[in-house]
Formats: sequence, C-alpha cells, structure tokens
Amino acid sequence: MSGPGFTPEEMMTIAAARALSSHDVCLVGIGAPSAACNIARLTHAPGITLIYESGTIGTAPEVPLSIGDGELCETAVTTVSVPEMFRYWLQEGRITVGFLSAAQLDRHGNINTTVIGDYHHPKTRLPGGGGAPEIATSCGEVFITMKQSLRGMVEKIDFFTSFGHGDGGDARAKLGITTKGPTLLVTDLVTKAFTVASLHPGVTRDAVQATCGWKVVFADPLEETPPPTVRELTTLRDLKARTEAAHRGEKVAAGTGGA
Amino acid sequence: MVKFCSLAEALAENLVDGDTVAFEGFTHLIPHAAAHEAIRQGRQELTLIRMTPDLVYDQMVGMGMAKKLIFSYLGNPGVGLLRRCRDALENCYPRVVEIEEHSHAGMANAYEAGAAGLPFAVFRGYRGAGLTEVNPNIRSVTCPFTGEPLAAVPALRPDVTFIHAQKANRKGDVLVEGIVGIQKEAVLAAKRAVVTVEEVVEDFAGVHPNCCVLPHWTIRAIAVVPGGAHPSYAHGYYARDNATYLEWDHVAADRESFRAWMKKHVLDAKPEVFASRVGHLRRAA
Repeated sequence: MSGPGFTPEEMMTIAAARALSSHDVCLVGIGAPSAACNIARLTHAPGITLIYESGTIGTAPEVPLSIGDGELCETAVTTVSVPEMFRYWLQEGRITVGFLSAAQLDRHGNINTTVIGDYHHPKTRLPGGGGAPEIATSCGEVFITMKQSLRGMVEKIDFFTSFGHGDGGDARAKLGITTKGPTLLVTDLVTKAFTVASLHPGVTRDAVQATCGWKVVFADPLEETPPPTVRELTTLRDLKARTEAAHRGEKVAAGTGGA
Repeated sequence: MVKFCSLAEALAENLVDGDTVAFEGFTHLIPHAAAHEAIRQGRQELTLIRMTPDLVYDQMVGMGMAKKLIFSYLGNPGVGLLRRCRDALENCYPRVVEIEEHSHAGMANAYEAGAAGLPFAVFRGYRGAGLTEVNPNIRSVTCPFTGEPLAAVPALRPDVTFIHAQKANRKGDVLVEGIVGIQKEAVLAAKRAVVTVEEVVEDFAGVHPNCCVLPHWTIRAIAVVPGGAHPSYAHGYYARDNATYLEWDHVAADRESFRAWMKKHVLDAKPEVFASRVGHLRRAA
C-alpha cells in the first residue's frame, strides 16, 4: 500500500486497542471489537481480562472468529454457563468495559443492530441485540468502534437496540442506570469521546464530517492520533492472517477451536 | 425412562406438529443432525426457540416449518446475516413467521426460570431498549424490598428440547463439556428432552465431579450420531467448520440454491453422513 503504510481500518483497530489497559475486565462484543481487544492483550495490556458472552472468562484466543469458538474455552481461566455469565458477572457489575460495534449509531452513543426501517415491516432485518442491550447498561463504561459512513452514523437511529445517552444530558440517570455508558468512539478516521479528540494521521476535518450524519464537534486543541507502531501493526496483521486461514478451514499454528 | 434408539425414532416419538421446541447449543454442540431429521420428517407449525437461531433455524425457517421464532441473536456468528430468516421477515417468504425477540440476558433468565419451575424471570435488563416497545412479553416488576423496577419475562417451557452432547453412559446419563451454554436449563425447562451424542461409554469413571451431567431420568431418548453438531463443533472431538459457515452465506442468499442444497444435504441424506463431514476436523491422534 502507498501512503502511511497502514490502512484506516488498521488504524481504527489499533487506536481502539490503546483505550484498554491491563486493569480492565472487558466484555468483548462480536465483530470488530474482538480484534481490538486481542491486540491490546497481545501488546500493551497483557493483564487484561477478556470475557466473551459464551461464558469464557479470562480467555486468550489466537483466532477470535466467533464468540463461541472452542479456543476461547481452551484458553480461558474458567467457562461458565450463559445464565451465570449474564447474572453473576455482567448484571452484578463486575465488568469494567463493554466493547461494542454498531450498524447504526447516533451522536449520543445509542446503537441500532436490529433493523433498518420499521421493526414490523423491516427494510433490512439485522441480527439484533444478543448480549448488547445489557452490556450497554451494566458494564462500567462502553467503548464503541465502527467505520464511518453516512449510512451508519446518523442523526436518528431506526431502533434503540442498546441504550447510550438517549437524548443526552441525564437520560441514563432518569432510567435508573448508574453506569457511565458510551465514553469513547473510535472510527477509521478519529478517536473521540463524542467530541472529536484526535484525528488519525492524514485525516482532515472535512473527511470526518463528510462521513458522519450529525454535526461533528472538534476539540480545541485537536490532536493527531499517533500512527501504529511496528509491533501493533505486526500483531494485528498476524491475527488477521490466522483468522483468514481459519476461515478457509486451514490448520492454524496455535490450534483450531474445539478439538 | 431414557430410551436408546435411532434419531429417526427419537424424533418421531417426541416432536409433533405445532410443538414449541428448542434446539439449543450456544455456538458449541448445536444439534444439527436432530434438526435435519425434523426437516426430513416434515414437521410443521413449530414455535422455534433458540438464543442464536444460526444456520440450523435459517434452514428450518427456509423450509417453512416455523410459525413463530423466539430468539435473541439472528446472525451467522462471525459471518453476517441469516438470509433465509431475512427473507421470511422482510418478504414473508416462504411464509409469515411471527417473532418474539429478546436479549441474551432475557432468554437466559427465561430458560433458567423454566428449569426452576417459576412462572417468570426477574433481572436488571432492557433499560432503554427498544425491544420493550415491540415485545409485549417484556414487562416490569417492582422489587418489594427496595422499590427498584426490574425486567420480567415469562419462563420458557418448551414441549421438547433437543441438544447434542459429547457422550452418554450405558445408564443414559449425559455429559456436556466445554462451553456449556444454556443446554442444562433448556433440558430441565422442557417437558421432554432428546439428546444426540458423539458416543456411548460404559460409565463416567474419571469424569470430574463438577462436570455438567444430566441424569438419565431427565431425558426421554438418546441417539448416537457422531458428528451430529457439524458444522458447529464438539469440544474434544472435532473443530468448528468455519468454511461451511462462510459457504452458507452464499447458499442461503438465493431461494433456488437453498432448495437445491437442502435436497442434496438434508432431504436425501441420513444421520450417518454427519460422521463423514467431521473427518477432516478431528485432531490427528
């Protein structure tokens, strides 16, 4: 590739990984968050506890393809049943960060992964919430990662799958929710706490606004995200290569799931 | 009294048209062989319960067997959407399917309430969630001690639950290991339970005392179907067939390719074929 030597998507995953620390107990959502959480574990946050909703606690997968792969269980400190995961671990508030992705997102961090169009007559039926509705309200705080697009980052989402900050202000408190909710959004262009704090290298303010359906607010001063280090990029590309090999059904060096 | 028999016999005796049925397994030990037998025997008007409908309900919905779906995540894990389910919900093809949608927490709590013989489950959930406006079975109760409003959902009580497990012993006790998911609750919540297993062993000598074992008197029928969880996996036996999950995205994208695939791999097949599907996924001894 030309230019900076990394793709916007790689920058997104690595910038998201940097938000996690060794002290975090993180519930890993399906999709993009899984790569970010594992990059954190494999680089600067080796002490992080990764939890997947399939019941695996303290897992260290080589190939985090789905949320239930056997490898999650083989590498976990312990594996619990699904009711125990949601009752004793998530609901009780033992998890510091929930890491989610979104099909549609609004400026207040409300997430839609359920439906495009009307719920009862959907234009596009999406998978739905899974664990996310309770992850969004029971984890200490929520990080969100997604690629920017006018279709995905909208003024008004079609369905409230997972509650963020509602209409803003004290909307969470009014519902009796005591956790912080979404505090960080990392896209392929920026890192922000819903006010853009940091532009990824080579990204302009215009490019950020052009792919976002709400009026973007930039911090002053506005920083530039440090580019990926060699270690971060190598770790990410190795992880992707292992995942792609597993997708093709090939043997992976560290052992495939299950057997 | 548990009965060891063929899968065809176990299904014929335990699943009837109109039943509310759960085929459970949380990405692991998904009872594909049992679902395929239900498809071959042509069951109709089923209410299908499953946290993650996955390929197995995409196939049953695509074949028009479901009148209602109770679920919490309608995706192909790690791949994307379920295209036969989408066709049913977006275009009512091949028929109208009613849905009752929950979160994972809601479903897990509802199964647990069913297993515990309670009428409903109570938990801290659905706060700010749009599902409360479209699913009338998501309600609220006030804690009599603290006054906190909490979510309530009715217990899940399937007529019959099907699961796949690693092994049974001669008495019919069933062992589930690895990601145990929701299977124990789904079995104990149901009026009848049918289990397919990788193998039957003499006894469970040497098994850790805290392993998940379902006693034989909680199960109606056991059928030995090696590979019966394919393309999901059986911890200790074979790995997940990720390539098949990816391939399904293409198969299910088109109504005709779906029908052709189902005829070849399900309608014209037998349970014995599952063993051959996992051969390349077994770890070399």
